[in-house]
Amino acid sequence: MSNDRTNFTRRSFLRSTALATGGLIAAPMIMRHAALGSEDPILIGSLHDQSGPVGTSGVPMVRALELGIEEVNAAGGVLGRPLKLVHYDTQSNIQLYTQYAQQIALKDKVAVIHGGITSASREAIRPIFDRYKTLYFYNTLYEGGVCDRNIFCTGTTPAQTVEKLVPYSLERWGKKVYIIAADYNYGQITAKWMEKYTRDNGGEVLAIDFFPLDVTNFGSTISKIQQAKPDVVFSALVGGNHTAFYRQWAAAGLKGSIPISSTTFGLVNELAALEPSESNGIVSGYGYYEELKTDASVKFVSALKEKFPGIPYISELAAGTYEGFHLWVKAAQQAKSIDRMKVIEALETGLSFDGPTGKVTLDKATHHSVRNAFLAEAKDKLWDVVASYPDQKPSDTAAVCDLVKNPNDNKQYVISL
Amino acid sequence: MDLAAVLTLDVLNGVASLILLCTGLAVIFGMMKIINLAHGEFLMLGAYATVVAVEAGINIWIAMLVISPVFVGLVGLVVERTFIRLLYGRLVDSMLATWGLSLFLVGLITTIFGNTIKSVPSPLGGFTIGAYRSSLYTVFLVVVAIALLGGLWVLMRRTRFGLIARATMQNPDMAAAMGVSPPRVYMATFGLGAAITGLAGGLLAPVAGVLPTMGAAYIAKAFITVVAGGTSIIAGGATASGLFGFINQTASYLTTPVIGEVFLFVAAIILIRLLPQGISGRFFRGSL
Repeated sequence: MSNDRTNFTRRSFLRSTALATGGLIAAPMIMRHAALGSEDPILIGSLHDQSGPVGTSGVPMVRALELGIEEVNAAGGVLGRPLKLVHYDTQSNIQLYTQYAQQIALKDKVAVIHGGITSASREAIRPIFDRYKTLYFYNTLYEGGVCDRNIFCTGTTPAQTVEKLVPYSLERWGKKVYIIAADYNYGQITAKWMEKYTRDNGGEVLAIDFFPLDVTNFGSTISKIQQAKPDVVFSALVGGNHTAFYRQWAAAGLKGSIPISSTTFGLVNELAALEPSESNGIVSGYGYYEELKTDASVKFVSALKEKFPGIPYISELAAGTYEGFHLWVKAAQQAKSIDRMKVIEALETGLSFDGPTGKVTLDKATHHSVRNAFLAEAKDKLWDVVASYPDQKPSDTAAVCDLVKNPNDNKQYVISL
Repeated sequence: MDLAAVLTLDVLNGVASLILLCTGLAVIFGMMKIINLAHGEFLMLGAYATVVAVEAGINIWIAMLVISPVFVGLVGLVVERTFIRLLYGRLVDSMLATWGLSLFLVGLITTIFGNTIKSVPSPLGGFTIGAYRSSLYTVFLVVVAIALLGGLWVLMRRTRFGLIARATMQNPDMAAAMGVSPPRVYMATFGLGAAITGLAGGLLAPVAGVLPTMGAAYIAKAFITVVAGGTSIIAGGATASGLFGFINQTASYLTTPVIGEVFLFVAAIILIRLLPQGISGRFFRGSL
């Protein structure tokens, strides 16, 4: 026990007290407890970009994981074992994603992986975790449609956010829309959902433009948009380079004349970077905003800001990661095992967690989450939440995916118009 | 008619941006045959210099037009003195060294500022042409690009420094025999190229997202323009920028931004196939 004194933590205290009480009851128990206590920690995998064009989004996600692990460890770990983070910086590079995915599944043998930010990265690593039977959590909002029993997608999908954002914008500003989006699977598919919901609500899509992630000059597009005279611009632009669009838009003086609604604005710290004159009035729809004033949200945000001063904006990405992590912890505790299939079965029992975004419940048929959604308007570098939609179902994915009926389904369904 | 005016401005903006992006590279590559793979990072340093200066309360015009070029010019001098000077005439080694430098600079800036987007507000407002709006800053960029080319021409053609620099580039041994110190000329030229790149970075800061990896988005276009322009830094750079800026902006407008980028690169491939020495190798031989 003298060794423990130098390294005294709440966990070791709990363990030693348990040992002492257990010892009174049955001697063999001590042996087992001692064996458990000396076991290696449970490894939690993390593949998130910390650098490169989407790096800004990844930093708060890893921070949220670190916070979650610290909390769980302080409360005694999972199944008596502490948790330990195994993190690789994927540097916004798909090749590194596949490389690290193999490494984290085969060499590190983590119990679960949280990771992938862009849809491109998720689709690159998903087959690897399927092949090596490693449970995978994708905690980013995305375009929906992934149907695979090995993955849990805790972020919002178009039916939860775009379906609210589009009618709100059409009603407020008018029926003619112009869509601009990033040129990869997220942007392409989200643009289709924007188009669908615009039509469903009696609107008209004037044009859709896609931009490679390294496009920095939006001059000709801004002229095209002016020529088309839309009532509102829908933007699914992604990453640091695309932030230039909002600056050039404001510099041309269009900020006041054509409003913008976005499914991505604010995810890479845009609100902190842009001037209020450039961002005010832009409307977005997400599953979480740092500004939410619920107790759980305030606690989450202040814990992160205290532990990691200077952390970038805490968006749905970080909140979703934190909740995805806690859902796994709950499932492992319920299953009394970290075995992949046992944890999946526990997660499929309609497990829920009360997180910073509110109550998150996993849906058995789609492996997606039923969660709250919000609309907010940028106001002086902050989000002013203007509408909230409780317990939204991932109905887009539910329309095509039923893992109860087809447990071996394994593909991403894409909307066709 | 209004639309034509706005589109002309877009094209001019595309051309001016390319001129600003590639002139610094052209000075270093065209005159000294050093392939500076850290060009994008010099640009990024210029942008950060402006951001930091503006955050410190310095007037944005002074930040963009003075602080950025002076700062990056000084960085260029240090870089030249520390290792570029050892690598003249060794093309591959200089590529490796500057590539390493670019990784180092990205890492350094990420460590200092983090990889969140920084930015400065755009200093000029918009203006209207009929039913269309455009940004005054665009016009300003065009003016600066013209001034930059004009200034460089005067410097190279009309000053003693320019004469010595050109002579050294053509025949360093002869220049040395005439009492010129080639290492000193190289140093000054590299610093000049870096300073011009810093200026471009500073000017980009108000219309781009400033982050440590921003250089990557610009470097391919800058290299293609310089290679297509050939050895004459002013005549070649200006015509190549004009051609590619026009193709990119017009194609983006008529089709989609994706096709616009494709057109630019296809045009570059065809051009380099037809004119392996670049535009100036054929049409402006021997000019600046």
